[in-house]
Amino acid sequence: MKISYREAINQSLVKEMERDPSVFIYGLDVTDHKGIFGSTLGIVDKFGADRCFITPLSEDAMTGFGLGAAINGLRPVHIHQRVDFMILGMNQFSNMYSNCRYMSGGKLKAPIVVRAVIGRGWGQSCQHSKSMHSIFAHIPGLKVVLPTSPRDAKGLLTAAIRDDNPVIVLEHRWLYDIEGEVPEDDYVIPIGKANIVRDGSDITVIATSWMNIEALKAAEVVQRNHGVEVEIVDPRTVYPLDEEAITTSVKKTGHCIVADYDWVFCGFSAEIAAVVSERCFKELKTPVSRLGFAHTPCPTTRPLENKFYPSAVDIIRMIEGKLGLESADLNGEEFYSYENKFKGPF
Amino acid sequence: MIINKNDRKKRAAMTNIELNKELYKKIYLMRRAEEKIQEVYYTDVMKTPVHLSLGEEAIVAGVCQALSADDQVYGMCRGHALYLARSDDLDGFYGELCGKVTGVAKGKAGSMHLSCPESGFMASSAIVSSIIPVALGAAFAAKYKRTNHIVAVFFGDGATEEGVFWETLNMACLKKLPILFVCEDNGLAIHAQIKDRQNYSIPEAVRSFGLSVHSDDTTDVEKIYSITEQAVQDIKKTDVPHLLHLKYHRYLEHVGVNEDYSAGYRGQKDDYADLYARDPALLQREKLKLLRITEDEIKLMESEIDQAINESAKLALDAPFPADSELFKDVYA
Repeated sequence: MKISYREAINQSLVKEMERDPSVFIYGLDVTDHKGIFGSTLGIVDKFGADRCFITPLSEDAMTGFGLGAAINGLRPVHIHQRVDFMILGMNQFSNMYSNCRYMSGGKLKAPIVVRAVIGRGWGQSCQHSKSMHSIFAHIPGLKVVLPTSPRDAKGLLTAAIRDDNPVIVLEHRWLYDIEGEVPEDDYVIPIGKANIVRDGSDITVIATSWMNIEALKAAEVVQRNHGVEVEIVDPRTVYPLDEEAITTSVKKTGHCIVADYDWVFCGFSAEIAAVVSERCFKELKTPVSRLGFAHTPCPTTRPLENKFYPSAVDIIRMIEGKLGLESADLNGEEFYSYENKFKGPF
Repeated sequence: MIINKNDRKKRAAMTNIELNKELYKKIYLMRRAEEKIQEVYYTDVMKTPVHLSLGEEAIVAGVCQALSADDQVYGMCRGHALYLARSDDLDGFYGELCGKVTGVAKGKAGSMHLSCPESGFMASSAIVSSIIPVALGAAFAAKYKRTNHIVAVFFGDGATEEGVFWETLNMACLKKLPILFVCEDNGLAIHAQIKDRQNYSIPEAVRSFGLSVHSDDTTDVEKIYSITEQAVQDIKKTDVPHLLHLKYHRYLEHVGVNEDYSAGYRGQKDDYADLYARDPALLQREKLKLLRITEDEIKLMESEIDQAINESAKLALDAPFPADSELFKDVYA
């Protein structure tokens, strides 16, 4: 069945709420006519206001609220329209969620899912545009998931809801339109398993979230222009990290680019670079290269926004640089923008 | 060593004398358990900062006595009294303070993050207000599951200066959740006086959110018990969250086992003579006398508790530390 990313998320929520009466969803505007990019539409009608409700803008309290519900046997799904709002709950994530089980000597468990929308929109500027997965993944006790395809979105969200730990699920807003094959039945994609998005033998690109779409485009261009076969690895979960899939690919290709949807400095890309250096030192033919957000706040104006976010063009040029290839002529290539978003199939 | 049983049915059937004996035993346990800490702390066997409850025992003992065993409590880093009010496990208490494997959290929590989920003391936080919304979520779960239980959350006056407290009040009233806020107001946040911190009155501001508020500066544990019993009934009947705003005098320094009147941030001990004259342990002991409990009977009660404390403390000192492998356990479920 071919459905969109938003429908895949909606299916997961509905199926889990049908299966388990302890699952409920809450957050600002989860019941309105827009339904968090369409992902929560119809849920309040189906399950009622006790299990799907809007909240005050009190992100700090509502984050703690989820923990209290979770340690008492419920399975909350807290939703934020922008990841940037989650920072108001950061005290709870870093001081309460992450410590709760450990400080109870293993007596408590906190099965909470926090879904948040990340990334680029249309002039979203500096407070509606980030990802920050490395900040969350830095903290022991949390799990962090970034589904890219509709299939991953459904399977990983279902796994997150069934997980007995706090799981942060970050969804890029441009991905909601993407369509792909999704099994109708229940299934889970294990948290901590990477996905080989494209097989290749010449160079590995480790890509997170939307960067997989950019990496696929880049792979097609360098294949056509240079005959280079790019292997794209989507870790899908930042923590726990599937080091095995990443190092297996890099050992095969000998070249590694990390195309991360976040800032580079102290970011997830640094973690991958460290893992690859430690485990693939002998096989590496070039040092690990990294792509990510510019080390600036996100600007509003389009030309600067284009420079802030990494793109397929950046990946292409980086591949060419690493492999000592001439720069391909990219005139006539069509790249993604807000107006020209990738719709799939993925 | 099992020293107190939380049994609501038994409590409901208690006579006035039994109730007052029970309340005294709780206060005496809290007092003596912490005096034991004072006694050994200098030897450095408890490598955990302690925020002692001396002076506030009547609040915790009185409130907890009015709760059922299935009502949950949440607290902050000044949590010894709350632990002792709810938990039967005195071995686990001293084990935890000594960082031993016999501790309630195998030494990982220490004094500041005490809990005993099996007795309904679910969690505590040393970032004081952070526990307040967690209690809110627990109250939501109680309502969601239609358990008819309430949740009580304990915090100091300083916690009301953190925004999440007010966010929580709003949501508690919006959703009509069964929650009892217990503000243990000692007028100090570490060493800062109220006048330098608050441009509002806690009861007035809280009332404006729609809660019922009861303020008191009593040190009479039976009175606090009665106030709480009424509040619990009201919460169950009206779905209106309540705040008990209860004042007390902190006997010791913010953290540590010593008096610090000489530090100069508050008055000298003599300035608080009237409060010491109303010491909760003293008051309740006198009440037992008025109820014609003999000195011998009181002493017997006290010596049983003293013995339990001494045994548990000794057991903790003799217990092993957790193995190194314990470090990585229970990070994830």
